[in-house]
Amino acid sequence: MLSSLLRQIRKAPWSARLGFLIIAINLLAFAFAPQLAPFEETEIIGGVWEPGFWAADCSEEALSLRGPCWSQLNHSRVDGKAWLGTDHLGRDLLSRMLYGARNSISIALIITALSFFIGMTLGFLAATMHGWVDQLVSRTVDVMMAFPTLIFALIVLSVAGTSTPVLIIVIALLDSTRVFRLSRAVALDIEATEYVEVARLRGERLSWLMWREILPNTLPPLIAEFGLRFCFVFLFISALSFLGLGLQPPTADWGSMVKENAGAITFGVYTALVPAFAIAFVTIGVNMVADWFLRKAAGLRDEY
Amino acid sequence: MTRLLTMKNLVIEGFQKETWSQIVSGVDLHVDRGEVMGLIGESGAGKSTIGIASMGFCRPGCRIVNGSIQFGDTEMTMASDAVLRRIRGVRISYVAQSAAASFDPAHRLIRQHAEAPVRHGIMSHTEAELHARELYRRFDLPDPDTIGNRFPHQVSGGQLQRAMVAMAMACKPDLIVFDEPTTALDVTTQIEVLATIKEAIRDLNSAAIYITHDLAVVAQVADRIMVLRHGKVVEEGPSRALLASPKEDYTRALLSVRKGGGTKIPHRHEGEPLLDIEGVTAAYGGGPPVLQDVNLRLTRGKTVALVGESGSGKSSLARVITGLLPPARGSIAFDGAELPAKLGDRQKETLRRIQMIYQMPDVALNPRQKVHEILGRPVEFYFGTRGTEKRRRVAELLEQIELSDHYLTRFPSELSGGEKQRVCIARALATKPDLIICDEVTSALDQLVAKEILKLLQRLQNELGVSYLFITHDLATVKAIADEIVVMLQGKVVEHGTREEVLTPPHHEYTELLLASVPEMDPDWLDNLLKTRVGAKLREGPASERLSRIER
Repeated sequence: MLSSLLRQIRKAPWSARLGFLIIAINLLAFAFAPQLAPFEETEIIGGVWEPGFWAADCSEEALSLRGPCWSQLNHSRVDGKAWLGTDHLGRDLLSRMLYGARNSISIALIITALSFFIGMTLGFLAATMHGWVDQLVSRTVDVMMAFPTLIFALIVLSVAGTSTPVLIIVIALLDSTRVFRLSRAVALDIEATEYVEVARLRGERLSWLMWREILPNTLPPLIAEFGLRFCFVFLFISALSFLGLGLQPPTADWGSMVKENAGAITFGVYTALVPAFAIAFVTIGVNMVADWFLRKAAGLRDEY
Repeated sequence: MTRLLTMKNLVIEGFQKETWSQIVSGVDLHVDRGEVMGLIGESGAGKSTIGIASMGFCRPGCRIVNGSIQFGDTEMTMASDAVLRRIRGVRISYVAQSAAASFDPAHRLIRQHAEAPVRHGIMSHTEAELHARELYRRFDLPDPDTIGNRFPHQVSGGQLQRAMVAMAMACKPDLIVFDEPTTALDVTTQIEVLATIKEAIRDLNSAAIYITHDLAVVAQVADRIMVLRHGKVVEEGPSRALLASPKEDYTRALLSVRKGGGTKIPHRHEGEPLLDIEGVTAAYGGGPPVLQDVNLRLTRGKTVALVGESGSGKSSLARVITGLLPPARGSIAFDGAELPAKLGDRQKETLRRIQMIYQMPDVALNPRQKVHEILGRPVEFYFGTRGTEKRRRVAELLEQIELSDHYLTRFPSELSGGEKQRVCIARALATKPDLIICDEVTSALDQLVAKEILKLLQRLQNELGVSYLFITHDLATVKAIADEIVVMLQGKVVEHGTREEVLTPPHHEYTELLLASVPEMDPDWLDNLLKTRVGAKLREGPASERLSRIER
């Protein structure tokens, strides 16, 4: 399994390999955040918005005294100090980035998995049962999709409060509408084939038709979609956190870190850009892999 | 005669399973001006690849590795795209198997017809349309002056294929490549298209390469025949000589393929009534009835063949029997008991006793299940057998369909077409059924493979006493396997009786047309047929349409 994955990766185009690399780095952070992080998630270690290793003194006196700018990376700070500087409360940014990866990614994963579970179950159900079940579920989903997701989420979250379980359920439900659309469409295709008809004629239960006959044949597009949806969920959590309705402080998460440190930009401190770039990289990385997988699943080859 | 096309030592490779393997290995072929070359072979023999290569083209994923293709004075393998563009569509044209898929559904026929000559600067648009109408008239299309203004979906399949032939002739080409142009058509429609093609080639004196898997069809049109297998030439020669005295065993096997299946042994339960359909009328949704007052009786251990063209309601009848299409009126009795109309109302035991085998084994097997899962599931589902007992039963099933147990762990994609169909048969047998509905089970297979499948089915009937309802449009199959024949036309049964009764005159008018349409190995068959009364009728166009008009 793992070796075949590695073989696939070796044959993949560079974009997909880059994506895998980004994912691997994030998975490492995800798995070993407490071991890797030099400080605790909420530990205050210094002043507000202290610069990180880039904080070389590049004034003219300094240059004439100590040679070129790049050679003066702030070694004193790096030794047991904040590599990426500190945030608006004087906490270590690197540690918070690592913990943030853990929180943001795990919640995004849980939400995506839940939304796929809901969306696929309903989608397969609608495709195999046809008739009024299909109509009922499809129309409900249409109604849900008619609302802009962000507004919908904002309303629900401000009413129901912003605890993590509520956050997970709300985003998963909203996202499952998209999953429902896709899984219903692919399942309808598979449902029309004769091997499903054979299973039907055999008298198989609905659950067998859905999970044993249809699911294995719809996996490639659904896995690719999983990658994309994961990105959207990730961005969505970040957006909600930025608006103050996502994960609540002091929990580290990339979206709220951007928000908390955004003010620093006015002082020429780029702390907010670190989590912002991290979000961008994860999104791009996952998209590259999902893209490659989608192309593979669609049977489009680029060997020629 | 001058040489038009010469292929020398042609080698073409295809990219498959991550390596390049030879599809065509060292084929020599030549076509003279005005001559028709027939290419014949099973699927995978490389005949289409050779046909397309004559235009200097390869499908994506293929490459010409070696050899030369000389067309007139041009070496096609070396020619630039600009040169090839001037030749393709003008001096060589191509007629594909499915006209429906080859026409752009969004444009009128005549506009598509005129595209090539106008684009190549041979004719003005008006001239091209004039020429098109002339061709339509010559090919006996109805309303030749206006039929070109129709869209592809507004004409019948046979007419569309004839329009396609006309389109191929738009630039008066020197060579036309016909790639299985009649394979997807009904037998009666096939005649109409074959006659057109033959006439077109003769009148316009074009050369042609005619690709087909059916030796009897190629015998009607080709001057010379080349038999291909696995990308190599098996045998080549003038049609008459090759048909009269084939040199190779493989050619002989192809020639004898129509002569039939196994022998029948009467079974002990034979004669008990099994299935009794009375006055069944059915429709899809609120649409027009697809079945009208159909009666059919099937006795245990017998094979009833249900014959008719596409759209005659054969498969709908199968859906009624299996419960997928509940009939509006009428009743079905199975083994003496009334069969509930809806699938959901039927007992598991009833479902077990009626099984179905489909036309396309590719889509009838779940591509994500291995053979042992496919066969094991019905065993477990109906008999609750598990573990060693189940494995033993699955092995036994494989043995019945003459496959070794290496196949147990294979996925359907790792099987050939014939093997897949065998697995489908085994899946049906796994439930120990009384009735198996075979829906066109051989029509997607190569002829030699189909013959083996028919033999297998006959052997299984002898051993197990199972009854078959055999749905087919192929009368050769019917002759080989049926005890009784039911002929359907437009949702109605027009004739039924034992095989001898139906196949010996006097026939119902429609049965006569069907019987006359089955190509024979005789090169003069088509010409002789067209001279007869029946042939003239077939020439006029879709037989079923006209007959139903008569009946009304």
